[in-house]
Amino acid sequence: MTNIPETGRTPRVQIRLIVIQVLVLSLLGTLGGRLWYLQIREGDEYAKKASGNHVQQVVEPAVRGSILDARGVPLADNETRLVVSASRTDLLKMKDDGKAVLAKLAGVLGMTPKEVMEKVRLCDSKTPQPCWNGSPYQPIPITDEATAKQALQIRERAEEFPGITAEPEAVRRYAAPAKANTAQVLGYLSPVTDEEITKAQDTDSPYLRSDQVGRSGLEREYDKELRGKAGVTRYEVDNLGRVIGEAQADPAQPGSNLVTSIDARVQRVAEYELNDAMKEARKTFDKNTGENYKADSGAVVVMEAKTGRVVAMASNPTYDPNAWVGGISAKDYARLTGKNSNYPLLNRAIQGQAAPGSIFKVVSSTAAVNAGYPFDGNYECSSSYSIGGQVFKNFESKGYGPINLGRALEVSCDTVFYRLAHQEWQRDGGTTPKKNAEDWFYKTAHQFGLGKETGIDLPNEVSGRIPDRQWKQDYWKANKDAWCKYGKKGGSYAEQIAYENCLEGNKMRAGDAVNYSIGQGDTLVTPIQMATIYGAIANGGTLYDPTVGKAIVSADGKQVQAIAPKSHGKLPDSKQTLAEINDALAGVVTRGSAAWRFGGWPQDKIPMHAKTGTAEVYGKQTTSWFATYTKDYTVVMTISQGGTGSGASGPAVRKIYNALYGVSEDGTINPRNALLPTPEKSLPKIKPDGSITSPKVSKDPAKEQRISQKGTEEPDTQQLAATVPTAAGGNRNARRRHRTRGSRRTLA
Amino acid sequence: MTGVNSFQVSGYGPQRAGWTRLFARDSVARRLDWPILLSAVALSLIGSVLVFSATRNRTEINQGDPYYFLIRHLMNTGIGLALMIGTVWLGHRTLRTAVPILYGASVFLILLVLTPLGSTVNGAHSWIVLGGGFSLQPSEFVKITIILGMAMLLAARVDAGDKPYPDHRTVMQALGLAAVPMLVVMLMPDLGSVMVMVIIVLGVLLASGASNRWVFGLIGAGAAGAIAVWQLHILDEYQIARFAAFANPSLDPAGVGYNTNQARIAIGSGGLTGAGLFHGSQTTGQFVPEQQTDFVFTVAGEELGFLGAGLIIVLLGVVLWRACRIARETTELYGTIVAAGIVAWFAFQAFENIGMTLGIMPVTGLPLPFVSYGGSSMFAVWVAVGLLQSIRVQRPMSA
Repeated sequence: MTNIPETGRTPRVQIRLIVIQVLVLSLLGTLGGRLWYLQIREGDEYAKKASGNHVQQVVEPAVRGSILDARGVPLADNETRLVVSASRTDLLKMKDDGKAVLAKLAGVLGMTPKEVMEKVRLCDSKTPQPCWNGSPYQPIPITDEATAKQALQIRERAEEFPGITAEPEAVRRYAAPAKANTAQVLGYLSPVTDEEITKAQDTDSPYLRSDQVGRSGLEREYDKELRGKAGVTRYEVDNLGRVIGEAQADPAQPGSNLVTSIDARVQRVAEYELNDAMKEARKTFDKNTGENYKADSGAVVVMEAKTGRVVAMASNPTYDPNAWVGGISAKDYARLTGKNSNYPLLNRAIQGQAAPGSIFKVVSSTAAVNAGYPFDGNYECSSSYSIGGQVFKNFESKGYGPINLGRALEVSCDTVFYRLAHQEWQRDGGTTPKKNAEDWFYKTAHQFGLGKETGIDLPNEVSGRIPDRQWKQDYWKANKDAWCKYGKKGGSYAEQIAYENCLEGNKMRAGDAVNYSIGQGDTLVTPIQMATIYGAIANGGTLYDPTVGKAIVSADGKQVQAIAPKSHGKLPDSKQTLAEINDALAGVVTRGSAAWRFGGWPQDKIPMHAKTGTAEVYGKQTTSWFATYTKDYTVVMTISQGGTGSGASGPAVRKIYNALYGVSEDGTINPRNALLPTPEKSLPKIKPDGSITSPKVSKDPAKEQRISQKGTEEPDTQQLAATVPTAAGGNRNARRRHRTRGSRRTLA
Repeated sequence: MTGVNSFQVSGYGPQRAGWTRLFARDSVARRLDWPILLSAVALSLIGSVLVFSATRNRTEINQGDPYYFLIRHLMNTGIGLALMIGTVWLGHRTLRTAVPILYGASVFLILLVLTPLGSTVNGAHSWIVLGGGFSLQPSEFVKITIILGMAMLLAARVDAGDKPYPDHRTVMQALGLAAVPMLVVMLMPDLGSVMVMVIIVLGVLLASGASNRWVFGLIGAGAAGAIAVWQLHILDEYQIARFAAFANPSLDPAGVGYNTNQARIAIGSGGLTGAGLFHGSQTTGQFVPEQQTDFVFTVAGEELGFLGAGLIIVLLGVVLWRACRIARETTELYGTIVAAGIVAWFAFQAFENIGMTLGIMPVTGLPLPFVSYGGSSMFAVWVAVGLLQSIRVQRPMSA
């Protein structure tokens, strides 16, 4: 184009042509600019919109892990049901939208084609039930009650049933092996809430609408581990929702198994014996109230003394956790949580709190020694102790003369502790404490871990309470208005107490300090706290966080994450004091308040230690406490409104030990009958295919133990018991009686 | 291109044999505008790939053969090339004499659309189904005959040297010539084509040197007409909706706004380099309707990104730039008017088509020249390229 042609055209046309050219170029420039704006400047935003357009998620639920006992016996596992489902995406690819396949399927399942069609249609405003409410990309279940034969028919002729699957699906089951129901420890599952779905939506483990979440017990505590990770497959779909490709597939990861330290057989024995003890108590007459004991609730904890691992934990009343499976009925729900239910969902071993009574005296003894009173000193065990006209009597007003602290523990002498506590109270300044008040009795209780949770791996543990000066002040502040309003000088008993509380409820009075020293008054403890303390005395002073979970083992058994015992402190006892307390508690068994319950016990082979407790509760019958330990185990039992410590709980605790060690009632040890003479150390084997090697458990170890403990010879416990020096009187449990002045704070 | 040597034009270049003759100085091949030709071929080939990407999964329209549209697009391109060669061989001057016949034939065809022979696609009754999967859209050919017819009338006196500019009578005749088929197309109604024709008429009048009064008068008339059409409800509802929704897709998100929205998402998500050919999720997922025809640019935007889509605009720019040059360089007004008419046609149609996918122009059913699938459109634009080449080839060389 070197030569410019001569155009005979007028400038008007030439100019207009240039105008056209400029116009054309500016139009193209506009396009280019707009293209840059959309693709470069706002490209990211549109890319996001595009991905939202065409990706659909299909979530495949992960199989929930099992909860196993220490030997691998499943306490909670899954039951498989055969579920036949249809894939809508596959059906829609067929010429007749899969109608022929569904009709054929209906024949196999024994349903009408109409029923099957209705199950796979999608719900909308015009479609009545039955219809599928979930994601259209999710396989739609047609039946979950297919027989193995039906499933086989479908699977063997897969080419005749394109888009149809017959897969076993997991449903939670609480198998109660050996009749151990373990309800409160296992907890239960309930359907996921909308809120939880929204919260987990964008995480790596989203919930399905059909998902179940652990709500209580181990199911809740270890929910994340047990739940596993749901598989997510992202499908690319076209404008009509047809799948055109798989974008990303994360296979479901089955949940891990939780190995617990629970032994199903011991658990069964504990549950059975607790229930039996409560039944017995209900047959026993209570002199104080003039009616039989109510024994409304109880709990027992069997714990490994050297690790804090829980071997058995029973709470009564109880319930069947299977009631929750597949959605709880309104009737069942009312039965479990209603006002008249007595709340069987509560795990009273960690959520039931009561005054400890005399089993608290190990704390008081330690406090006394640490305050400077020698363990072996002489302390007057009078029949009563009076403070300013107020008389605090010893149990059954019995005196033992001057005795040391060990003997005071053995016979559970209250007046020894009254006197010590009163002296300390005075030394701290009485109602107007000194600045540097030692408060030995309260400090020691805190050092024993009371007044706060033990840290057990179960949800909603309660803390109990130590009614120290600070607590009194706080409590008074919170309640004084009510007290002052209600209280009336010289009114009824309750009004009188309220009046006193209004005036000086914030002060630590002598009576409070004295009551407190024998575990009465406002003190509250849980069975698990006491088990932790007695376990610590057994193991040389270490307070372990109780644990139920022992290890988390992946579904294929390859990854084992052990849950190691953890301690939350040491007992504030010197080695010597601990040894002295230990001896005294052994004395309780041989010649103290529990001796009548341990007649014939092979004390030389299996040294047993115990402390009885009977706590008073205002307006109710006494709480029975029994805290015991051997070198390996700690057993603590309590029965609310059950009577005395050794009276109500004693036989049951002994029978639990009998079962653990294989002791017959006559005291002979038969290792064949022993359920768990030493704590289980190894973990059960889980094979790569997920199967678990576990020993067979008998139908009902509790009943078998009852029979085997009777022994071959004619047992005569009463006679044999005579071989052990028994203290006079049946019930050795210390408790204070005849209060001349009420000082209970349980009103408000 | 074995047949190239046969379309040597008499009177230009010495007779030589074979390749040497083909590329000899002043030969037809040497005088062809290669940038236009290569750009047009490139656009057609890019178009075939984009059409393939858009249709390989659309089983409901590709008769189960993923290559159905690809093959047809390539076939159309081949036929288009042949038509271009034929046009160059005949020469625009020869065609000048045949314009009345061509014009009459095209008007006859669009009238035929209004008879029961015509069929409706996407609301526009602008098709003649020929059977065997072929159909004809006569309005595409009318665009050419309007250009040729108007050019013939307007240039006749000027090229004869009688007058410097076409007089009013000639202009009126030319406008009347354009108005007849435009009215028919409006009745179809194929609004997009009418808009293109208005722009063509405008371009032709500008290039013809007609009085400014005509030019501005036409613009004013167009504006008045648009207002009248809007106010008098001459347009169907869907057409108004399309007009309104381009600026604000949320007005009608499930209807017209959907097209706009999805197209914009497709292009926007492409970014600089695109998702890669056949990897665009919007395209594969068929979220954009009419993607092989009117919305083919979205495939480029999504899968080839700013670079690929920009290349299409650049190639169109090359065609238009060279076409403008041809219009300026030819000495006869006839050639100038034809070239300018083609420039106006291509430029507006490309701007409208790409503009609507980018959300800056209302949605109308106009194909992107060379790139969109569609035989009639493809044939028409290649004939237009043939005309441009012919104007360039046959222009008197000064050397």
